[in-house]
Amino acid sequence: MSGHSNRAISTALTPESIRQTITETDAGADDAVARYALGLGDDALVLAQRLGEWVTNAPELEEDVALANIGLDLLGHARSLLTYAGSAWGQSEDDLAYFRDEAQFTNRQLFEQPNGDFAQTIARQLIASAYFIGLYRELSASADPLLAGIAAKALKEVDYHLDHSEQWLLRLGHGTAESHRRMQRGLDAMWVFVDELFTDDAIPGDEDAAPLAGIAVAPSSLRAGFDALVPRLITQAGLTVPTAPSARGGGRQGSHTEYLGPILAEMQVLARAHPGASW
Amino acid sequence: MTSPGDSGEREQWPLWEVFIRSSRGLSHVHAGSLHAPDETMAVRNARDLYTRRAEGVSIWVVRASAITASDPDAKGAFFESPQGKEYRHATYYTESDTVPHL
Repeated sequence: MSGHSNRAISTALTPESIRQTITETDAGADDAVARYALGLGDDALVLAQRLGEWVTNAPELEEDVALANIGLDLLGHARSLLTYAGSAWGQSEDDLAYFRDEAQFTNRQLFEQPNGDFAQTIARQLIASAYFIGLYRELSASADPLLAGIAAKALKEVDYHLDHSEQWLLRLGHGTAESHRRMQRGLDAMWVFVDELFTDDAIPGDEDAAPLAGIAVAPSSLRAGFDALVPRLITQAGLTVPTAPSARGGGRQGSHTEYLGPILAEMQVLARAHPGASW
Repeated sequence: MTSPGDSGEREQWPLWEVFIRSSRGLSHVHAGSLHAPDETMAVRNARDLYTRRAEGVSIWVVRASAITASDPDAKGAFFESPQGKEYRHATYYTESDTVPHL
Protein backbone atom coordinates (compact mmCIF):
# COMPACT_ATOMS: atom_id res chain seq x y z
CA MET A 1 0.00 0.00 0.00
CA SER A 2 2.52 2.55 1.10
CA GLY A 3 4.99 1.08 -1.34
CA HIS A 4 4.39 3.41 -4.27
CA SER A 5 4.92 7.11 -4.55
CA ASN A 6 2.40 9.60 -5.84
CA ARG A 7 4.82 10.48 -8.60
CA ALA A 8 4.43 7.03 -10.15
CA ILE A 9 0.67 7.38 -9.99
CA SER A 10 0.56 10.80 -11.56
CA THR A 11 1.75 9.49 -14.90
CA ALA A 12 -0.94 8.37 -17.32
CA LEU A 13 -3.05 6.10 -15.18
CA THR A 14 -4.17 3.18 -17.30
CA PRO A 15 -5.02 -0.39 -16.34
CA GLU A 16 -1.68 -1.36 -17.91
CA SER A 17 0.30 1.18 -15.88
CA ILE A 18 -1.53 0.12 -12.72
CA ARG A 19 -0.57 -3.49 -13.37
CA GLN A 20 3.01 -2.43 -14.01
CA THR A 21 3.16 -0.31 -10.85
CA ILE A 22 1.79 -3.18 -8.79
CA THR A 23 4.22 -5.66 -10.30
CA GLU A 24 7.27 -3.40 -9.94
CA THR A 25 6.58 -2.26 -6.42
CA ASP A 26 5.00 -5.52 -5.29
CA ALA A 27 2.24 -3.41 -3.80
CA GLY A 28 -1.03 -5.17 -4.51
CA ALA A 29 -4.20 -4.18 -2.73
CA ASP A 30 -4.94 -5.82 0.56
CA ASP A 31 -8.12 -7.85 0.77
CA ALA A 32 -10.42 -5.20 2.24
CA VAL A 33 -9.29 -2.51 -0.18
CA ALA A 34 -9.62 -4.96 -3.06
CA ARG A 35 -13.21 -5.79 -2.17
CA TYR A 36 -14.01 -2.11 -1.93
CA ALA A 37 -12.43 -1.45 -5.35
CA LEU A 38 -14.29 -4.46 -6.76
CA GLY A 39 -17.67 -2.99 -5.80
CA LEU A 40 -16.86 0.32 -7.49
CA GLY A 41 -15.44 -1.49 -10.51
CA ASP A 42 -18.56 -3.63 -10.86
CA ASP A 43 -20.78 -0.54 -10.76
CA ALA A 44 -18.86 1.01 -13.66
CA LEU A 45 -18.57 -2.24 -15.61
CA VAL A 46 -22.27 -3.09 -15.54
CA LEU A 47 -23.36 0.43 -16.44
CA ALA A 48 -20.85 0.53 -19.30
CA GLN A 49 -22.37 -2.70 -20.56
CA ARG A 50 -25.84 -1.16 -20.49
CA LEU A 51 -24.71 1.93 -22.39
CA GLY A 52 -23.07 -0.28 -25.00
CA GLU A 53 -26.51 -1.64 -25.84
CA TRP A 54 -27.47 1.80 -27.15
CA VAL A 55 -24.86 1.80 -29.88
CA THR A 56 -26.64 1.96 -33.25
CA ASN A 57 -29.97 2.36 -31.43
CA ALA A 58 -29.79 5.93 -30.14
CA PRO A 59 -32.31 8.50 -31.43
CA GLU A 60 -29.62 10.32 -33.42
CA LEU A 61 -26.09 9.55 -34.57
CA GLU A 62 -24.74 12.30 -32.31
CA GLU A 63 -26.38 10.72 -29.28
CA ASP A 64 -25.04 7.33 -30.29
CA VAL A 65 -21.57 8.83 -30.06
CA ALA A 66 -22.31 10.58 -26.76
CA LEU A 67 -23.63 7.46 -25.03
CA ALA A 68 -20.77 5.36 -26.40
CA ASN A 69 -18.32 7.97 -25.11
CA ILE A 70 -19.78 7.79 -21.63
CA GLY A 71 -19.77 4.00 -21.75
CA LEU A 72 -16.11 3.98 -22.77
CA ASP A 73 -15.21 6.29 -19.89
CA LEU A 74 -16.97 3.99 -17.45
CA LEU A 75 -15.31 0.92 -18.91
CA GLY A 76 -11.98 2.66 -18.33
CA HIS A 77 -12.86 3.22 -14.66
CA ALA A 78 -13.94 -0.41 -14.37
CA ARG A 79 -10.73 -1.72 -15.91
CA SER A 80 -8.54 0.29 -13.54
CA LEU A 81 -10.54 -0.64 -10.46
CA LEU A 82 -10.79 -4.33 -11.36
CA THR A 83 -7.09 -4.48 -12.18
CA TYR A 84 -6.33 -3.03 -8.77
CA ALA A 85 -8.83 -5.31 -7.01
CA GLY A 86 -7.48 -8.39 -8.76
CA SER A 87 -3.96 -7.62 -7.56
CA ALA A 88 -4.99 -8.83 -4.11
CA TRP A 89 -5.93 -12.27 -5.39
CA GLY A 90 -3.65 -12.76 -8.38
CA GLN A 91 -6.52 -12.21 -10.79
CA SER A 92 -6.66 -10.05 -13.90
CA GLU A 93 -9.42 -7.62 -14.83
CA ASP A 94 -10.68 -10.21 -17.33
CA ASP A 95 -10.73 -12.98 -14.73
CA LEU A 96 -12.95 -10.81 -12.57
CA ALA A 97 -15.21 -9.59 -15.37
CA TYR A 98 -15.75 -12.90 -17.15
CA PHE A 99 -15.40 -15.62 -14.57
CA ARG A 100 -17.57 -14.51 -11.70
CA ASP A 101 -21.23 -15.44 -11.43
CA GLU A 102 -24.17 -13.22 -10.64
CA ALA A 103 -23.96 -13.78 -6.88
CA GLN A 104 -20.29 -12.74 -6.93
CA PHE A 105 -21.00 -9.45 -8.67
CA THR A 106 -21.14 -6.61 -6.15
CA ASN A 107 -22.59 -3.77 -8.22
CA ARG A 108 -25.43 -1.70 -6.85
CA GLN A 109 -28.77 -2.57 -8.42
CA LEU A 110 -29.26 0.79 -10.15
CA PHE A 111 -26.55 0.04 -12.68
CA GLU A 112 -28.06 -3.20 -13.95
CA GLN A 113 -31.49 -1.70 -14.64
CA PRO A 114 -32.63 -1.96 -18.26
CA ASN A 115 -32.21 0.96 -20.63
CA GLY A 116 -35.94 1.28 -21.20
CA ASP A 117 -36.62 4.27 -23.40
CA PHE A 118 -34.17 7.16 -23.84
CA ALA A 119 -35.67 9.00 -20.88
CA GLN A 120 -35.16 6.06 -18.54
CA THR A 121 -31.53 5.80 -19.63
CA ILE A 122 -31.09 9.52 -18.95
CA ALA A 123 -32.74 9.15 -15.52
CA ARG A 124 -30.43 6.28 -14.62
CA GLN A 125 -27.41 8.18 -15.91
CA LEU A 126 -28.34 11.35 -14.04
CA ILE A 127 -28.54 9.49 -10.73
CA ALA A 128 -25.38 7.52 -11.49
CA SER A 129 -23.34 10.54 -12.55
CA ALA A 130 -24.38 12.63 -9.56
CA TYR A 131 -23.42 9.73 -7.30
CA PHE A 132 -20.09 9.20 -9.08
CA ILE A 133 -19.16 12.87 -8.82
CA GLY A 134 -19.57 12.91 -5.06
CA LEU A 135 -17.81 9.58 -4.73
CA TYR A 136 -14.78 10.36 -6.89
CA ARG A 137 -14.38 13.84 -5.43
CA GLU A 138 -14.02 12.32 -1.96
CA LEU A 139 -12.07 9.31 -3.13
CA SER A 140 -9.48 11.48 -4.89
CA ALA A 141 -8.36 12.44 -1.37
CA SER A 142 -8.01 8.78 -0.36
CA ALA A 143 -4.97 7.69 1.62
CA ASP A 144 -4.57 4.94 -0.97
CA PRO A 145 -2.62 6.60 -3.81
CA LEU A 146 -3.92 4.27 -6.51
CA LEU A 147 -7.56 4.74 -5.56
CA ALA A 148 -6.92 8.48 -5.32
CA GLY A 149 -5.33 8.49 -8.77
CA ILE A 150 -8.13 6.51 -10.40
CA ALA A 151 -10.72 8.78 -8.77
CA ALA A 152 -8.99 12.01 -9.81
CA LYS A 153 -8.91 10.86 -13.42
CA ALA A 154 -12.51 9.65 -13.34
CA LEU A 155 -13.79 12.85 -11.76
CA LYS A 156 -13.29 14.98 -14.87
CA GLU A 157 -15.10 12.41 -16.97
CA VAL A 158 -18.13 11.95 -14.72
CA ASP A 159 -18.39 15.72 -14.50
CA TYR A 160 -19.11 15.72 -18.21
CA HIS A 161 -21.47 12.77 -17.89
CA LEU A 162 -23.58 14.71 -15.42
CA ASP A 163 -23.67 17.68 -17.74
CA HIS A 164 -24.91 15.45 -20.55
CA SER A 165 -27.71 13.96 -18.42
CA GLU A 166 -28.62 17.37 -17.08
CA GLN A 167 -28.97 18.83 -20.58
CA TRP A 168 -31.27 16.00 -21.62
CA LEU A 169 -33.25 16.13 -18.40
CA LEU A 170 -34.02 19.79 -19.13
CA ARG A 171 -34.92 19.16 -22.74
CA LEU A 172 -37.12 16.17 -22.12
CA GLY A 173 -38.72 17.78 -19.07
CA HIS A 174 -39.52 21.01 -20.89
CA GLY A 175 -40.00 19.40 -24.31
CA THR A 176 -43.33 18.01 -25.41
CA ALA A 177 -46.04 16.58 -23.19
CA GLU A 178 -44.89 13.14 -24.27
CA SER A 179 -41.19 13.71 -23.50
CA HIS A 180 -42.17 15.19 -20.14
CA ARG A 181 -44.30 12.18 -19.32
CA ARG A 182 -41.56 9.75 -20.27
CA MET A 183 -38.89 11.64 -18.32
CA GLN A 184 -41.05 11.59 -15.21
CA ARG A 185 -41.74 7.90 -15.68
CA GLY A 186 -38.04 7.20 -16.10
CA LEU A 187 -37.19 9.07 -12.91
CA ASP A 188 -39.94 7.28 -11.00
CA ALA A 189 -38.67 3.89 -12.16
CA MET A 190 -35.03 4.58 -11.32
CA TRP A 191 -35.58 6.48 -8.07
CA VAL A 192 -36.30 3.33 -6.08
CA PHE A 193 -32.62 2.40 -6.46
CA VAL A 194 -31.26 5.68 -5.08
CA ASP A 195 -31.24 4.74 -1.40
CA GLU A 196 -29.04 1.71 -2.00
CA LEU A 197 -26.26 3.90 -3.38
CA PHE A 198 -25.90 5.55 0.01
CA THR A 199 -26.25 2.61 2.39
CA ASP A 200 -23.19 1.61 4.35
CA ASP A 201 -23.88 -2.08 3.85
CA ALA A 202 -20.66 -3.85 4.48
CA ILE A 203 -19.22 -6.26 1.97
CA PRO A 204 -19.34 -9.84 3.35
CA GLY A 205 -16.52 -10.43 5.79
CA ASP A 206 -15.95 -6.72 6.05
CA GLU A 207 -18.20 -5.93 8.99
CA ASP A 208 -15.39 -4.04 10.60
CA ALA A 209 -14.97 -0.98 8.39
CA ALA A 210 -12.07 0.39 10.39
CA PRO A 211 -9.29 -0.87 8.09
CA LEU A 212 -10.73 1.29 5.32
CA ALA A 213 -10.95 4.50 7.31
CA GLY A 214 -9.28 7.24 5.28
CA ILE A 215 -9.08 4.92 2.29
CA ALA A 216 -12.69 4.23 1.32
CA VAL A 217 -15.57 6.71 1.22
CA ALA A 218 -18.55 5.90 3.41
CA PRO A 219 -21.55 5.86 1.03
CA SER A 220 -23.81 7.53 3.60
CA SER A 221 -21.49 10.55 3.65
CA LEU A 222 -22.35 11.23 0.00
CA ARG A 223 -26.10 11.49 0.51
CA ALA A 224 -26.23 15.17 1.44
CA GLY A 225 -24.33 16.20 -1.68
CA PHE A 226 -26.65 14.16 -3.88
CA ASP A 227 -29.74 15.57 -2.17
CA ALA A 228 -28.50 19.11 -2.63
CA LEU A 229 -27.95 18.59 -6.34
CA VAL A 230 -30.32 16.16 -8.03
CA PRO A 231 -33.74 17.28 -6.70
CA ARG A 232 -32.85 20.84 -7.74
CA LEU A 233 -32.06 19.68 -11.29
CA ILE A 234 -35.29 17.70 -11.48
CA THR A 235 -37.30 20.72 -10.31
CA GLN A 236 -35.52 22.96 -12.83
CA ALA A 237 -36.65 20.60 -15.56
CA GLY A 238 -40.25 21.10 -14.45
CA LEU A 239 -40.46 17.56 -13.10
CA THR A 240 -41.40 16.11 -9.74
CA VAL A 241 -38.88 14.53 -7.39
CA PRO A 242 -40.13 10.96 -6.94
CA THR A 243 -41.14 9.76 -3.49
CA ALA A 244 -41.39 6.04 -4.21
CA PRO A 245 -40.36 3.56 -1.51
CA SER A 246 -36.91 2.18 -2.15
CA ALA A 247 -36.08 -1.23 -3.54
CA ARG A 248 -34.62 -3.90 -1.32
CA GLY A 249 -31.02 -3.33 -2.36
CA GLY A 250 -28.21 -5.67 -1.44
CA GLY A 251 -26.18 -5.44 -4.63
CA ARG A 252 -22.93 -5.21 -2.69
CA GLN A 253 -23.78 -8.59 -1.13
CA GLY A 254 -24.48 -10.17 -4.51
CA SER A 255 -28.28 -9.79 -4.39
CA HIS A 256 -29.45 -8.61 -7.75
CA THR A 257 -32.59 -7.91 -9.70
CA GLU A 258 -33.65 -10.19 -12.54
CA TYR A 259 -31.70 -8.06 -15.00
CA LEU A 260 -28.10 -8.84 -14.09
CA GLY A 261 -28.09 -12.51 -15.13
CA PRO A 262 -28.81 -11.88 -18.81
CA ILE A 263 -26.22 -9.07 -18.91
CA LEU A 264 -23.54 -11.42 -17.62
CA ALA A 265 -24.64 -14.27 -19.90
CA GLU A 266 -24.14 -12.04 -22.90
CA MET A 267 -20.98 -10.41 -21.59
CA GLN A 268 -19.23 -13.61 -20.58
CA VAL A 269 -20.28 -16.16 -23.18
CA LEU A 270 -17.21 -15.91 -25.40
CA ALA A 271 -14.67 -15.88 -22.59
CA ARG A 272 -16.29 -18.92 -21.02
CA ALA A 273 -16.55 -20.80 -24.32
CA HIS A 274 -12.82 -20.36 -24.83
CA PRO A 275 -11.25 -20.13 -21.39
CA GLY A 276 -7.60 -19.20 -21.48
CA ALA A 277 -7.79 -17.71 -24.97
CA SER A 278 -5.99 -14.42 -25.43
CA TRP A 279 -7.34 -11.47 -27.39
CA MET B 1 -36.12 25.93 -52.01
CA THR B 2 -34.86 25.67 -48.43
CA SER B 3 -31.43 26.65 -47.21
CA PRO B 4 -29.02 23.98 -45.98
CA GLY B 5 -29.96 22.59 -42.58
CA ASP B 6 -33.50 23.80 -42.81
CA SER B 7 -35.80 21.10 -44.00
CA GLY B 8 -39.01 22.77 -42.96
CA GLU B 9 -40.84 23.34 -39.70
CA ARG B 10 -40.78 19.74 -38.52
CA GLU B 11 -36.99 19.73 -38.35
CA GLN B 12 -36.11 19.10 -34.72
CA TRP B 13 -32.44 18.37 -35.14
CA PRO B 14 -31.15 21.04 -37.51
CA LEU B 15 -27.70 20.96 -39.06
CA TRP B 16 -24.86 22.88 -37.41
CA GLU B 17 -21.44 23.71 -38.79
CA VAL B 18 -18.57 23.26 -36.36
CA PHE B 19 -15.41 25.35 -36.15
CA ILE B 20 -12.61 24.24 -33.84
CA ARG B 21 -9.54 26.04 -32.57
CA SER B 22 -7.08 23.49 -31.23
CA SER B 23 -5.05 24.27 -28.15
CA ARG B 24 -2.10 25.53 -30.20
CA GLY B 25 -4.10 26.68 -33.17
CA LEU B 26 -4.33 30.30 -34.19
CA SER B 27 -7.76 30.32 -35.69
CA HIS B 28 -10.98 28.38 -35.77
CA VAL B 29 -11.05 25.90 -38.62
CA HIS B 30 -14.18 24.32 -40.03
CA ALA B 31 -14.15 20.76 -38.71
CA GLY B 32 -17.42 19.40 -40.02
CA SER B 33 -21.10 19.42 -39.30
CA LEU B 34 -23.55 17.67 -37.02
CA HIS B 35 -27.18 17.59 -36.01
CA ALA B 36 -28.33 18.88 -32.62
CA PRO B 37 -31.62 20.07 -31.15
CA ASP B 38 -30.17 23.43 -30.10
CA GLU B 39 -26.91 25.37 -29.89
CA THR B 40 -26.05 24.16 -26.38
CA MET B 41 -26.31 20.53 -27.37
CA ALA B 42 -24.50 21.31 -30.60
CA VAL B 43 -21.44 22.42 -28.61
CA ARG B 44 -21.58 19.21 -26.56
CA ASN B 45 -21.97 17.05 -29.63
CA ALA B 46 -19.11 18.88 -31.32
CA ARG B 47 -16.94 18.19 -28.32
CA ASP B 48 -17.76 14.48 -28.58
CA LEU B 49 -17.35 14.27 -32.33
CA TYR B 50 -14.55 16.65 -33.18
CA THR B 51 -12.29 17.35 -30.21
CA ARG B 52 -11.77 13.87 -28.83
CA ARG B 53 -11.49 15.41 -25.38
CA ALA B 54 -8.38 17.40 -26.25
CA GLU B 55 -7.72 20.07 -23.65
CA GLY B 56 -7.81 23.77 -24.35
CA VAL B 57 -9.90 23.94 -27.45
CA SER B 58 -12.48 26.47 -28.44
CA ILE B 59 -15.58 25.42 -30.30
CA TRP B 60 -17.88 27.55 -32.41
CA VAL B 61 -21.14 26.18 -33.72
CA VAL B 62 -23.24 27.97 -36.29
CA ARG B 63 -26.61 26.90 -37.56
CA ALA B 64 -25.99 25.88 -41.15
CA SER B 65 -28.96 27.99 -42.25
CA ALA B 66 -27.13 31.09 -40.96
CA ILE B 67 -24.28 30.62 -43.41
CA THR B 68 -24.41 32.20 -46.83
CA ALA B 69 -22.03 30.57 -49.28
CA SER B 70 -20.70 31.59 -52.62
CA ASP B 71 -22.21 29.78 -55.54
CA PRO B 72 -19.94 26.94 -56.60
CA ASP B 73 -21.37 27.04 -60.13
CA ALA B 74 -20.28 30.66 -60.52
CA LYS B 75 -16.67 29.67 -59.97
CA GLY B 76 -15.55 30.70 -63.45
CA ALA B 77 -16.52 34.34 -63.25
CA PHE B 78 -16.61 34.78 -59.48
CA PHE B 79 -13.09 33.62 -58.73
CA GLU B 80 -11.46 34.68 -61.98
CA SER B 81 -7.89 35.49 -61.01
CA PRO B 82 -6.27 38.77 -62.00
CA GLN B 83 -3.64 36.83 -63.93
CA GLY B 84 -3.14 38.15 -67.40
CA LYS B 85 -4.73 41.46 -66.49
CA GLU B 86 -1.62 43.60 -66.28
CA TYR B 87 -3.68 46.68 -67.01
CA ARG B 88 -5.02 46.37 -63.45
CA HIS B 89 -1.62 46.90 -61.92
CA ALA B 90 0.16 50.20 -61.66
CA THR B 91 3.19 49.04 -63.61
CA TYR B 92 3.08 51.67 -66.36
CA TYR B 93 3.93 54.74 -64.35
CA THR B 94 7.39 56.20 -64.49
CA GLU B 95 8.91 57.62 -61.36
CA SER B 96 9.05 61.35 -61.13
CA ASP B 97 12.57 62.71 -60.72
CA THR B 98 11.34 65.57 -58.58
CA VAL B 99 9.65 63.47 -55.94
CA PRO B 100 12.16 62.03 -53.49
CA HIS B 101 11.74 58.91 -51.39
CA LEU B 102 9.16 57.31 -53.58
